Amino acid sequence: MPKNLSIHKILVIGSGPIVIGQAAEFDYSGSQACLSLREEGYTVVLVNSNPATIMTDAEIADQVYLEPLTVPALTKIIAAERPDALLPTLGGQTGLNLAVALDQAGVLDTYNVQLLGTGLATIEQAEDREAFKQLMTTLGQPIPASLTVHQLDDALTFAATVGYPVIVRPAYTLGGSGGGIATTPAELREIGARGLSLSPVTECLIEQSIAGFKEIEFEVMRDATGTAIAVCCMENVDPVGIHTGDSIVVAPSQTLDDATYQRLRTASLAIVGELDIRGGCNVQLAQSPDTDQYYVIEVNPRVSRSSALASKATGYPIAKIAAKIAVGLSLAEIQNPVTKTTFAAFEPTLDYVVVKLPRLPFDKFTTAEPTLGTQMKATGEVMGIGTTFDEALLKAIASLESTPSLQTTLLPAVECHDAALVDALTHPTDQRLFHLFSALHQGWTSDQLAAVTQISPFFLHHFARLWAALQALHHTPCTAPAVEAAKQAGFSNEMIAAAMDCALDDVAALAPAPVYKMVDTCAGEFASATPYFYSTHFPGENESVPLGHSVLVIGSGPIRIGQGVEFDYTTVHCVQALQAAGYHAIIVNNNPETVSTDFSVSDKLYFEPLTVEHVLAIIALEQPLGVIVQFGGQTAINLSAALVAHGVKLLGTELAGIAQTEDRHAFEALLAELAIAQPAGATATDLATAQAIAPTIGYPVMVRPSYVLGGRAMAVVDSPTALAEYVQKAIDAAPHQPILIDHAVQGIECEVDLLSDGHQVFIPGIMEHVEGAGIHSGDSIAVYPPQHLTTVQQQAIIATATKIGLAVHAQGMMNVQFIVADRLYVIDVNPRASRTVPFMSKVTGRPLAQLATHLLLGARLADLGLPVGCPPAPARVAVKAPVFSFGKLPGLPTALAPEMKSTGETIGIAATFAAALDKALTDSYHLTRPQTGQTVLLDPTAAQDRELVTGLTAAGLQVATTPLAQQTPWAVINTAAHQTSRDPLNYWALSHGVALLTARATALGVLAAWA
Amino acid sequence: MAKFLYLEDGTQFTGTAFGAPGVGVGELVFNTSMVGYQEALTDPSYADQLLTFTYPLIGTYGVDPRRDQGPRAVCQAAIVHTLENEPGPTGETLAQFLTTQGVPGIAGIDTRALTKHIRTCATMKALLLDAPLTASFDSTYAALHSQRHKWPTPVAATMKAPHATHHVVVLDFGAKAGIEAQLLAHGCDVTVVAPQCSLAAIVALQPDGLLLSNGPGDPTDYAACLPLIRALQARYPLAGICLGHQLLALANGAQTQPMKFGHRGINHPVTLLDSGRTIITSQNHGYTVMPSSLAGTDLVVTAVEGNDGTIEGLALRHLPAFSVQFHPEAQPGPEDATGFFTRFNQLMQEKVTRYA
Repeated sequence: MPKNLSIHKILVIGSGPIVIGQAAEFDYSGSQACLSLREEGYTVVLVNSNPATIMTDAEIADQVYLEPLTVPALTKIIAAERPDALLPTLGGQTGLNLAVALDQAGVLDTYNVQLLGTGLATIEQAEDREAFKQLMTTLGQPIPASLTVHQLDDALTFAATVGYPVIVRPAYTLGGSGGGIATTPAELREIGARGLSLSPVTECLIEQSIAGFKEIEFEVMRDATGTAIAVCCMENVDPVGIHTGDSIVVAPSQTLDDATYQRLRTASLAIVGELDIRGGCNVQLAQSPDTDQYYVIEVNPRVSRSSALASKATGYPIAKIAAKIAVGLSLAEIQNPVTKTTFAAFEPTLDYVVVKLPRLPFDKFTTAEPTLGTQMKATGEVMGIGTTFDEALLKAIASLESTPSLQTTLLPAVECHDAALVDALTHPTDQRLFHLFSALHQGWTSDQLAAVTQISPFFLHHFARLWAALQALHHTPCTAPAVEAAKQAGFSNEMIAAAMDCALDDVAALAPAPVYKMVDTCAGEFASATPYFYSTHFPGENESVPLGHSVLVIGSGPIRIGQGVEFDYTTVHCVQALQAAGYHAIIVNNNPETVSTDFSVSDKLYFEPLTVEHVLAIIALEQPLGVIVQFGGQTAINLSAALVAHGVKLLGTELAGIAQTEDRHAFEALLAELAIAQPAGATATDLATAQAIAPTIGYPVMVRPSYVLGGRAMAVVDSPTALAEYVQKAIDAAPHQPILIDHAVQGIECEVDLLSDGHQVFIPGIMEHVEGAGIHSGDSIAVYPPQHLTTVQQQAIIATATKIGLAVHAQGMMNVQFIVADRLYVIDVNPRASRTVPFMSKVTGRPLAQLATHLLLGARLADLGLPVGCPPAPARVAVKAPVFSFGKLPGLPTALAPEMKSTGETIGIAATFAAALDKALTDSYHLTRPQTGQTVLLDPTAAQDRELVTGLTAAGLQVATTPLAQQTPWAVINTAAHQTSRDPLNYWALSHGVALLTARATALGVLAAWA
Repeated sequence: MAKFLYLEDGTQFTGTAFGAPGVGVGELVFNTSMVGYQEALTDPSYADQLLTFTYPLIGTYGVDPRRDQGPRAVCQAAIVHTLENEPGPTGETLAQFLTTQGVPGIAGIDTRALTKHIRTCATMKALLLDAPLTASFDSTYAALHSQRHKWPTPVAATMKAPHATHHVVVLDFGAKAGIEAQLLAHGCDVTVVAPQCSLAAIVALQPDGLLLSNGPGDPTDYAACLPLIRALQARYPLAGICLGHQLLALANGAQTQPMKFGHRGINHPVTLLDSGRTIITSQNHGYTVMPSSLAGTDLVVTAVEGNDGTIEGLALRHLPAFSVQFHPEAQPGPEDATGFFTRFNQLMQEKVTRYA
């Protein structure tokens, strides 16, 4: 079918800020789809409030709007742009909901905007529980029996009909909490009563249990001619019950025989056919391990996290093809971009194995509830590719950047025994995989594990064999054949060295080089030129031909709180600049969600763990001119010392300069030499020293370990008792590393990114934080240009940053953080691109990461047209606001502190600070200007805060301490020092969709700006 | 234990033995399916072939007797990257199954490199041996090839479908069990006969339709069967699958040719020319009908492969006969093409109606 020539301009809605469950995958699919539409000659208008995205780059769409994702904002844009069509299936649930709202508000009709791709009726049919049930019944597709109940008796009657066990799912509770599985009427009475009381609407879904079934996903594409294909079948290692985003997932499926596979495939295609899907669709099914019985669990009629994973797992670009289908093209006429010789209407076939592991935040937030269930909790994910299951699994584990000992021994830090072990196995957490190995360590058999976990024997047999092989290494001398065999089994050099108790260098010297294989969608059947490779230690042919004249860019790995999509953005920009400068750009990364691992972004993609071993192997083959570590966050910086030790040439700031900013003593000496003030401080490696130092510095003090990310284990403490507690945590987080103890200076926090050629320094602008020192910069509202700094103060910031940049011979990027108090203090320097680079790039119109890349390659500031110092700020004001996923993580500490907690960010650009805040806060805190007479709900601490209460009252707000019926408050403000998302007040705010402010500085700063 | 794989062009691989001891001799081919190894290994069309699996883990769900596609595994060898020893529902692993079936296997092969070699250099002769080759490849091959197992002549048998509406006689060139299963599921009684069967014997069976099955080898080796096919198509609705498709073409004046490395997998797109829809099909063939040879025949193309445009479906203009190059019975593979059997039923129904 030819493409739709009646439309010319297409509006695409992005997914907004990153929250758990809706993350970087939508930047990947959105960017891909926009480029795909432009390739077909359409004009693309894009709206997204998330600045840290490639999709909001000028190259991706013809017109980019960094505006709030609301009906009024979109209506304005539609009125101005008059698009012919809207493609709603690329922006996750946010984009879909907004498209539905625009349709219901009549905006689409008013402006004659047609919807492309899968229709809204279909979307509603798939998303509305009752409509979906009806559709499956019509199609004869089995679904687990379920009933929505408001009283316990109905639940008991239903359970008696369908039989026990049943699952109780309370409606609208935080993180799906309060539910459970009832195996008897007595249990149902207890769990049901609890669920009903916890649900704000006194509602529970009672569902027939399919616990122990295999969870299978099909990623399906369908076009308007009715042609439908299954792009990828993925099998969750965990049986149903754990959200697929939190599950260990393997592709292709391993334990389904052809008959079962085809039965599920046929069901998936029948469903997308009946739904009349035009694009991509995800179908989740449950398969009995013993019989032919299966159930349809869920259908997502849009691109998703799973479709991003499937694209990376197979090489088949689902979003790109989905966009072409949306404008009317058929699968049979769209070229397969991988082979370029075949067409999109085929099913990819793999000749390797892919294992995805979730990246969960409980290493950082040890007090949050780590139990995995139906509510997704992962912030990111890693993917390992290998030619065997074990190799892929171990590569994924090596990519996790988890506790090093866990990654080498496969055992959790604390092994559980007996009943505690059974509990750990039956109530999976982020440690699930490692408790399985711990059980094997304690002599469990795979049969015993199967009985407790209901994981398929195939996977358990592999875990058991892997464990036995690792144990055998303990009794194996470190010889070439032994190392070679261990490498073929999939073990990393670190694991082998630890098990054989020999030096890592000895193992590395004996290990044969890996070979690299291409990901080509067709298992080698057709010639392909995809520059997408993975390594294997299975001996054979190496397919990766070194590019020559290349530069290797180290990516940032899985998305974590503290290291988000911003670093994928900078990685991609670095590659673009390298290519523009005439170099071959090679990326190594392990995150399947992001743009940087789209094989069409770089000249070559190595999908590999970001470890010294894997990076050195790539360098050995490619012999790049240099390696860039500045854009991959702390992940890449942390590799720099080891890489340099192996003779690798880093482009940009030299290792000595990096160490000068990262090593506390060197940094102190440097600042002293430059006569730059920093908060009084000292280091300690044990508790006694810390307790001796703190009083001499003066409480409150800020404690933090060196060499960590996102303020992990960082805190402000005001007493010796609190100090003892936190120092222990810091030692646990980074053993043997010095702990930094600083006086917590009170003042205005600011930061700058700087670009330098080693001789001169350019500073794009100063960002002022609304919240003061003591709150992580990533969790602060930042404004550019600064609103409360004098010219003298600004000049001091610029001069100081310049001095530091020149002193460490910075080449490329650097980030400096300040506190403006009685004088100017420097509190932190990061020798790399920071979180604020995308924001400042969008606001200043200068692609900072690209410019910095040119500097790394030897350009001077003048060559790039960059001035020395800081140019005048534009007239407009830009605000960056943090976005939290508190509702997804029960038990997470919610008070803003030195430890970063936000998962994403929004941007607001306007003529004034107040107006920019209006925009930025819409999609972040969901906060609007207070209306006179609105109530504001305060916790006891906030209620006793005179300054705060005065400010709120002055804004016309009525202060309350308990929720009032029939009244939605303007916000909930909780300023208690110790609070979590489970605290009743926070819980109430999060479950009722009310703005939650947990720092008085945020409330005061915002009110002042709006006054 | 080591096992040795030798290719006609001198390429060699060493791996680990599994399955039955002994040699494999024949044509080296590759299959790209990620599921259905048991169905492929028991597919009679793989007779005389050494079967390479591109998916690296083979044996991940064991073996299930219900999945066999032929009375026994007749392929010459199984070539895999990594052998998995997971038991099936009856406890049987793939290695145990192949041992019982007398099929040798080799594991530990860089099957991707081997596949690319076949893709580049075309399907070629190969030997799988327990010991290194001592004589020349050609002489060893000739000696071993003459001693290989021959495909057994099928024994005529009838299977009854409940509430059957038609009776189909299958001319069995090496029919997969899936074909019978689909016919039965579509309400047809099935009688299987050998291709050497006489027209009179078939007429005596009073069939409503004839089906030419799949089977191994070069279709031109079956020239003796062509007169029978011509006689049958004049009398009965007739359908052909795979080799049966090629034989229908040959019987009606078209020609076939060998392909460079064939189509063996379950992900092949086929565009149905009547609806414009593309379906994903299961395929296993090394020969194809030459488009240029159709001129002047009664044959019309009904389907083509999405990637290389090869002929995937034919029909006679003036007689109720049609055929497909792919495997509509699947097993292994997608169930997208079962419309084939519905169509066959319709033709038989029309014939009944016309002569009623």
